Amino acid sequence: MSKIEINNVYKIFGNNPKSVLQMVKDGATKDEVLEKTGHTVGLDNVSLKIEEGETFVCMGLSGSGKSTLIRHLNRLIDPTDGDILIEGTNVMSLNTQSLIDFRRHKMSMVFQRFGLFPHKTVIQNVGYGLEMQGKSDTERNKIAMEKIEAVGLNGFENQYPNQLSGGMQQRVGLARALATNTDIMLMDEAFSALDPLIRSDMQKQLLDLQSELKKTIVFITHDLDESLRLGDHIGILNAGKLVQVGTPVDIIMNPADDYVEAFVKDVNRAKVIKAKIIMKSINDSNNIDKNNLVKVNEDQFIEEFLPQVVCTNSNCEVVDKQGNIKGYITNKELQKSLSKS
Amino acid sequence: MELLKKNKKVFFNLGLLIAFIWLLVTSYSQSKRKPESVSELLNDFSWLGGKWPKWLDLPLMNWINPAFKALNEKYGYVFEAINNFLLAMLMAVKNFLIQAPWPLVILGVIVLTYFASGRKTGTTIFVGACTFFIGFLHPIFWQKAIETTAIMIIGIFLCVIAGIPLGIAMSRSVRTRNVVLPVLDLMQTIPSFCYLIPGIMLFGLGAVPAIIATFIYAVPPLVRLTDLGIRLVDKEVIEAADAFGASRRQKLLGVQLPLALPNIMQGINQCTMMALAMVVIASMIGTRGLGDEVLLGLQQLNVGRAAEAGIAIVLLAIVLDRITQSYGETLQERQAPAKKEKK
Repeated sequence: MSKIEINNVYKIFGNNPKSVLQMVKDGATKDEVLEKTGHTVGLDNVSLKIEEGETFVCMGLSGSGKSTLIRHLNRLIDPTDGDILIEGTNVMSLNTQSLIDFRRHKMSMVFQRFGLFPHKTVIQNVGYGLEMQGKSDTERNKIAMEKIEAVGLNGFENQYPNQLSGGMQQRVGLARALATNTDIMLMDEAFSALDPLIRSDMQKQLLDLQSELKKTIVFITHDLDESLRLGDHIGILNAGKLVQVGTPVDIIMNPADDYVEAFVKDVNRAKVIKAKIIMKSINDSNNIDKNNLVKVNEDQFIEEFLPQVVCTNSNCEVVDKQGNIKGYITNKELQKSLSKS
Repeated sequence: MELLKKNKKVFFNLGLLIAFIWLLVTSYSQSKRKPESVSELLNDFSWLGGKWPKWLDLPLMNWINPAFKALNEKYGYVFEAINNFLLAMLMAVKNFLIQAPWPLVILGVIVLTYFASGRKTGTTIFVGACTFFIGFLHPIFWQKAIETTAIMIIGIFLCVIAGIPLGIAMSRSVRTRNVVLPVLDLMQTIPSFCYLIPGIMLFGLGAVPAIIATFIYAVPPLVRLTDLGIRLVDKEVIEAADAFGASRRQKLLGVQLPLALPNIMQGINQCTMMALAMVVIASMIGTRGLGDEVLLGLQQLNVGRAAEAGIAIVLLAIVLDRITQSYGETLQERQAPAKKEKK
């Protein structure tokens, strides 16, 4: 059973979404629907599965429906049609009280513009989810302090959000989401409002936290580099349709259509592709020159060994952690894998 | 049933049209100056030109007068009960303030301002001085100002207990808003004497009709600003509260109201200012207070006396404005976007 399962979800915005549903199901495009009925298609037949403990990145340009999609998971938005299963429970079947309980214990969320409560101090903000869970004051403050330390904001716990910088505010948002200790974390363009240096910092922090906590994270972004860095799987949305789901390498090596191709065109492949992906197995590499070899680990990114290979004009020998030879990469193949077409 | 549901708007408009025709027919039949017969109107169209025809007259007056009379006679005890209740509250406040030694009252105002303004010394001293000058202008003004303030306190109290819940209800439901907004418009545009005088007939001369009039005149801005304040709360903050599983009640009390508070305080400030204006006007129906000093001065053509009383009213307005305003400001500072140097 997948942790999160979305089956054939449609979302149409407008006065009478149900009336347009059939038209969308019959394959009308977003523009046609808007022109004929004045309704906006938010999501068009989206189905996907997210496994426990993985980071799923949902990517698309603005207006592609990615923020709409993430809000369906905790029902901040109700779908027009389709099912959303979290751990096998259909969230659409929940009544008001069970939905509140579900939100308190199953999911937490980080927002693009932080969504902090301006009238509460940092520690009160971080403890908000715990307050909703009905935890006592002392317990709440204890857990909140732990999380504040985890994101590196010691000493700021009694400040108000507007006294902090953007990066620090988002750390508070992150700490607030971590504090409730839910299995699932939803992150809606969590780092998009931050400047590049701080963003990269926060990404690293998230990766570090994730390697310990192993939560199921659904991360929304419009930044391809970010999605490649964070995602175990990436789903690409275009105009409400899910056009491709796959691992970062899948997306780069085999873009499903022109839209995805345009997206990945400018990416620095050396940063994303690992040695083991482009190597040839030992059997296929009998006729290469083995006198001039550079040893690389199979999990190394091309970026890491590229300078060495270029300087010495050599071929690569790919080994695993134990040092067993797994395959070879010739100088030519390396060049080929980096070319964009 | 299906037909009715689908063409809701058509039926609604049809209903309006029928009501309008019914109004035309009844006004025509009740009019004393109607022509001999309807056919006369259809033969001679001179009534379409020039003056408004005398028979085309909605007899609203003839409907209201008996209704008002019946209300007064049959339900007089209800109004008397309201009258007694409000009067008792008013007297309690008034007697308390009048019997207290005047330096103590000034001190009370100073302490209140000091804490409401977030310990700003400048504002506090200014407000204290204004309070002193009210009595200093003319000894009798002190008591009159207290009488005025007492009426306002009761009026604003009514506004707050009715206005804020109404504003909250409006922010939560579009339908409520659609019903309440025109009523608020009516309350704000109808000339105050239209309800001051009926107030006298229901409650008798004095303070109570003034309180009622104050309420009608001063409550709309509070309702509007409460509604606006709650709806202006950042959508993402509300989403955050939802996402962490806040119930409607927790969301309202823990997030929406605290964040709308600067706006609500602005509403109370507006409410206070309008209440003061109304209490001054209400002196014309015999309400005692600073307003009747102005009236007296003008009646005696004593410009100086009227001016003194006028200045006293301005001073009172400044005191009340500073207290309510500065409280809102202290709240707002916290919610303002981050200042650069604090980064």
